[in-house]
Parts: sequence; C-alpha cells; structure tokens
Amino acid sequence: MEFVKDLISIRDLEKKHIDLILKKSSEMERALKGNKKLNSLGGKVVATLFFEPSTRTRLSFQTAAMRLGAKVLSFENVGASSIVKGETFSDTIRMVDGYSDLLVVRHAKEGSARYAAQLAEHPVINGGDGGNQHPTQTLLDLYTIKRAKKKIDGLNVTLLGDLKHARTMRSLLYGLSMYGANITLVAPKGLEMNKEVIKEVQGRFNAKVEEKSTMHLADADVLYLCRIQKERFSDQYEAEKVQKEFRITEDAIKGVKDSLIILHPLPKIDEVAPEVDRSKYAYYYEQAKMGIPVRMAIMNTMVV
Amino acid sequence: MPLVVEKIEDGTVIDHIPAGLGLKVLEILRIDRSYGARVALMMNVPSKKIGKKDIVKVEGKMLDDKSVNKIALIAPNATLNIIKNSEVVEKKVVQLPTELRGAFKCPNPECITNMEPIETLFRMEKPAERKLRCGFCEMTFEASELLA
Repeated sequence: MEFVKDLISIRDLEKKHIDLILKKSSEMERALKGNKKLNSLGGKVVATLFFEPSTRTRLSFQTAAMRLGAKVLSFENVGASSIVKGETFSDTIRMVDGYSDLLVVRHAKEGSARYAAQLAEHPVINGGDGGNQHPTQTLLDLYTIKRAKKKIDGLNVTLLGDLKHARTMRSLLYGLSMYGANITLVAPKGLEMNKEVIKEVQGRFNAKVEEKSTMHLADADVLYLCRIQKERFSDQYEAEKVQKEFRITEDAIKGVKDSLIILHPLPKIDEVAPEVDRSKYAYYYEQAKMGIPVRMAIMNTMVV
Repeated sequence: MPLVVEKIEDGTVIDHIPAGLGLKVLEILRIDRSYGARVALMMNVPSKKIGKKDIVKVEGKMLDDKSVNKIALIAPNATLNIIKNSEVVEKKVVQLPTELRGAFKCPNPECITNMEPIETLFRMEKPAERKLRCGFCEMTFEASELLA
C-alpha cells in the first residue's frame, strides 16, 4: 500500500495510512525487542534539520534512522550553521536535499515543512512547524494508546491543558476523531481548542467531542496532558492559579478507573506531581520510548 | 429619474455587486485617484435579482484571473461585461474559485509565507461561508480577513 510522499500534516492522512504505520510500528518494536539487526535504510542518509530546540523528537529520529542502518546528517545548533550568516530557509533545504535521502524538519514558522516539501525532491517529514502540526507525535500517541488499550474506538480520552497553542493536541484530536474515540476537552478559560478544529472533526468524522472547563476524570480511559505555558498569561498570579487548578496530583486522580493511563508529550515542568510519576497510571515514559519504533516505521515506509 | 452614465469604449463593467461593496471592488482592482481613465461607480442601484446593487465601469481595464477570483469572494454573483468598441463582446458570471494562488498575503504572522517569498495558496474550505484555508499554515480565514 502506498503511503504519502511527504509526512507534513495528520490532515493529509487517511485511516489506511495510519493503520499501516501502527502495524509496522508493532513489527519494529518486536524487532527491537528481539535485538534484530535491521538494515533497510543501509547506505541512505537521513538529515535532521532542527531550526528550533528539541530533545526527544530529534534524538528519537536520529536513533530510529541509525537502527535502520542509515547515516545521520544533522545540525543541532542553528548558531553553528550558515543560518547565522543569513542563509534563507529555502537555500538550506535545497542544499541538504542534495546531500540526503530523507529530510526531517522542525521550524518555528507554521507551514515550513510544507514549503520544504515543495522545495525538496526527497521525502520530507514534519518534526513540528510552530503551533501547527506534529504528525509523528500523533502517530506515536495513537500507537501508544492502541498498544496499551488494544483499541482506540469507543475509548474515553480526555485532552487537558493549553489546547489552544499545543500543536500535539490539535493533531491528536484529529487522529482520535478518525478512530471514533469519545473525546473530552478540558482547558482553562482562554486556552480552549480552536472551535474551527472541533467543527472540522465533527463534520469530517462525526466525532464525539465534549468541552469542559473543570477536570472530571472518573470515566477516562486515557488522560492526555500538555503544559500550560505561563508565558501565555499577562497576569502571573492568574497563571499560577490556573496551573494549580489543572495540576495532576494524587488527589486529582482519586476515583479514576484502575486502567487509566496518563500520557504527556514531554517535556513536562510541574503540571504533574512527582507522586503521580511513580503511580501505575503514569505512562508517559513508555510513550516516549515508542518514538523509536514509530519513527522507524515511518522512515522505513517513506524511503524507497 | 434614471441615472444615465456614459458608455465606455473599451474596458469592463462589473454588475451585480452587493450594495456597498463597489468601493471594495475598486480597491481590489487597485483603482484610485491616480488611475487616469474613466471610472464610474454606481451605488444602491435597484436590482430585480438582489434588491440593491453596485455597478463599476472601468475604462481601459481587462481583469486578470487573480482579480476576478478576488471579486468572486465578495461578490459571488457578479457579472463581468467585457466592452470593446462600445459593444459587449463577452459576458461572464464570476465563479467562486476552489483555489487561489498568490492573490492574498496570509493573515497569520507566523505563516512561513510571511518569512520567505512564496506564492501563497488558499483553498476554499466552506464555499457557503466563504472560508478559506491556507495551504501552508493550515489556518482558516473568512474572505473578509483576506481582503482586509
């Protein structure tokens, strides 16, 4: 089955594409567990161009590429590249396209990966474009949920935090809607999910989406958190108050389902209490590990 | 008493513009006081089709596709009459475009199209509401936001 040439936005994918990645991710995970040496990208070069800071996404892409036998080209520090001399984004992309077989791009500007895909002959993967999309995170989130719960449809999934600015939440809402999850959105006032995005998933997938302004976690099968960014508030006292109200503590998870899993794209700052990290509900470290097999599956599918 | 406006010899007459938007059409066509040829703007003209309408007559101007697409966004029922030697040689109804290339700047300041010289692209998302989505940053905008 054919996949997309460039992986730019979850909105470009059909369910069959996601199903393919979920299936291949499982195969990759099995191969990793069995210490199987893979070489499907042997002789290929993967370029990871991170114009913005990243730890997990960059390292997991690089590890995934190496696990498949590829060599990795990278600049980790924009300050040490020609960008400081004023080289344009387009020139950097054109140049690296000439050096590599696959480009992974993260840039603060929204639509940057789409533009890179227009410029490059080789496949481009969006590693995050500003507040817009982070499709590989969504694929690894869907894989983590399916792996833990054996299904996605019919699950009660609560997305909690700054739903307005978090690109992961926007992409994930789209992916979950495609699979028929029951979605509850919980956000502080002013940081709610864009209404257009909600209307879009309701229109396209008949998605079951409910909006709430306070935490009700009793029915949740999956709780997906993201950071409430203090810098988004003009009043720091208000920011502290909101952060406290939406913090996941032992008290907040009293009475939740025994099988609840808590996910977080990381990095997390103080939105989760340390005792929750040690609880059976904390699944975010496992989720972060899934970045490797899922990104291996994606690259393996895209590089011919 | 009917309002009589002189015929133009060569140019375009844009009819059935919703009342009040004639000035916006002139703005789209970049017609201002420096435009040397004859221009007529009639506002609030009674219309059987849409109640009240505006009409714009412009001497010496043939509209390109970008301008026609922009006009379609604010006046989806507008008709264009192409005039040559004082005769109507072609009559066409504008059509709401499915895609607009290079016609507008993206209103999202974080969009890559505002950082590098890229031809913008907007796709019609909801024709009835005239909502368009940027082909780069994926944000949706109302036609009025693009024309602002």
